[in-house]
Amino acid sequence: MKKTLFDKVWDAHVVKEIEDGPQILYIDKHLIHEVTSPQAFGELEQRGVPVFRPDQIVATADHNTPTEDQHLPVKDVLSRNQLEQLTKNCNKNNITLYGLGHKYNGIVHVMAPELGITQPGMTMVCGDSHTSTHGAFGTIAFGIGTSQVAQVFASQCLLLQKPKSLRVNVNGKLKPGVLPKDVILYVISKLGTNAGTGYFCEYAGNVFEDMSMEGRMTVCNMSIEMGARGGMIAPDETTFEYVKGREFAPKGEDFDKKEAYWKTLPTDEGAVFDKEYHFDAADIEPMITYGTNPGMGIKISENIPVEHNASFEKSLAYMNFKKGQSLINQEINYVFIGSCTNSRIEDFRIAANYIKGKKKADNVTAWFVPGSQQVAQQIVEEGLKEVFENAGFKLRQPGCSACLAMNDDKIPEGEYCVSTSNRNFEGRQGQGARTILASPLVAAATAVEGKIIDITKQLN
Amino acid sequence: MDKFTKLTSSALPLSIENVDTDQIIPARFLKATSRDGFGENLFRDWRYHKDGSENKKFVMNNITYSGKILVAGDNFGCGSSREHAAWAIHDYGFKVVVSSFFADIFKGNALNNGVLPVQVSPEYLQELFNEIEKDANTQIEVDLEAQKITLVATGASSDFEINNYKKTCLINGYDDIDFLISNTTEIEAFENAKA
Repeated sequence: MKKTLFDKVWDAHVVKEIEDGPQILYIDKHLIHEVTSPQAFGELEQRGVPVFRPDQIVATADHNTPTEDQHLPVKDVLSRNQLEQLTKNCNKNNITLYGLGHKYNGIVHVMAPELGITQPGMTMVCGDSHTSTHGAFGTIAFGIGTSQVAQVFASQCLLLQKPKSLRVNVNGKLKPGVLPKDVILYVISKLGTNAGTGYFCEYAGNVFEDMSMEGRMTVCNMSIEMGARGGMIAPDETTFEYVKGREFAPKGEDFDKKEAYWKTLPTDEGAVFDKEYHFDAADIEPMITYGTNPGMGIKISENIPVEHNASFEKSLAYMNFKKGQSLINQEINYVFIGSCTNSRIEDFRIAANYIKGKKKADNVTAWFVPGSQQVAQQIVEEGLKEVFENAGFKLRQPGCSACLAMNDDKIPEGEYCVSTSNRNFEGRQGQGARTILASPLVAAATAVEGKIIDITKQLN
Repeated sequence: MDKFTKLTSSALPLSIENVDTDQIIPARFLKATSRDGFGENLFRDWRYHKDGSENKKFVMNNITYSGKILVAGDNFGCGSSREHAAWAIHDYGFKVVVSSFFADIFKGNALNNGVLPVQVSPEYLQELFNEIEKDANTQIEVDLEAQKITLVATGASSDFEINNYKKTCLINGYDDIDFLISNTTEIEAFENAKA
């Protein structure tokens, strides 16, 4: 029987099948953070159940953390309490925590891959829907609820029905300035926000093969925005090169053995998927969103479509946009470059490359938030910080920041923010805030111009 | 976990599509460390104006509607995996959510908290909305054992799917943790074989 990449990894982790029910799936790595773990620890405590495999859990503080003055006590009492709770819970249960100020601290989906915690062929979970990011390594990685966090704490396993399989193929040559973010925003705009529900997605084709690991992570990160629990890309030389030598990656002979196994993981020729889509890379252009879900995306040069239904109209009313309108020249006062989607070194290189020699627009407040301490460090070492500062931009400290506005980085009511994050839901970046999702290149251009410009005109 | 077998109730109609979990419970309310009290902030930014006053236009503030069933538009619960969304719905007093489509993670979270997601056809969902619009007190029966949802007055019914394991859990109030722990021997054997 021909197997998909997903089948191979899944089947290797099934502990037991329950007749007429779910399967018990073994979880190799469990990532946790301050927001979705406290109730799970509480649950275990209440039941008097110990954490089963503490050494397979890694914790970081990211959702709530301030992006300035991290050396000072966190001002927000509730955030501080949640962060302290995480520290206490990790200490009590012998779980490794990379808290605020630690050199490995960062957004969970940025720090784990860069430390080599994420490896091909693994099963990984986290109480965060963007756990799909780690699928870039050929890993089965998905977000779970807090009850499931407690289940993994208690047994290192989950009870799951095997999802159906979906493959998204993108082949051909991408146009200049079309980034991984544009590829995934394009795919979601074509398929909608629920095309992947009930499925695990594999991304295939030369476009993904040619991408860096950072780019692949951006793509897999947004799988959940089309409803898919996870997205995967077959591990290849790019993957092995990335993993090799990282802090927690296998070393020496162990690495070679693992690598030989990883090479067996790609989908067999002729394996059948439950659903399959094909796109031509040449059709993709820099993308932006105009509505209140990530499926509401258009090419930057296109006009907002004209649709007649209540949900669509509610969405445009929230955004204060009109059907058929172009977003070119739309004044923008806020720009956010960050989040688990686009806060890796490559994203800041792209931004710096555009910004070099230019100046920030006076009307713009820009938040550049690296995904981790290591990314922040690299930004300094590569001289990007200087480029940003010369242009009038200030770098902030790592964290989830304005992606979900749990800390002080909130976009004010009614303001537009061009954001490299993953969700343009109502109020996502602050009550009444209006989010326009885009790539780091489009975000950088917006920050310089103070309005949305047709970036394709500069590229061609 | 609460047990669930059968429920007859009026319903609250929320005919908006793609309701994401950020709307169900905005991120700024996720700073609690217990599961309690989230119902207060269920649909917070649709329910209340920024100054804290009630948004009279939102269905939850319309006293005509009440009940233990939430009838919602297509693709309910998409977005963030926050289980706080299921806690808020449960804490507010809903036992059932009906929609023509649910996002995966929300569906699982609901089931883990004794809230039954009932997926029906778009046509049946529309029928529910129509009947509730005609009569806010429209009674709906949800029978988990029979996997059937029925408009009591007209008798119009629809079957719904749920896997047997989850059905048994809900009917008996079991949850997954006990079951998983009862398999520790097998889990350890799996680990040893893998190592």
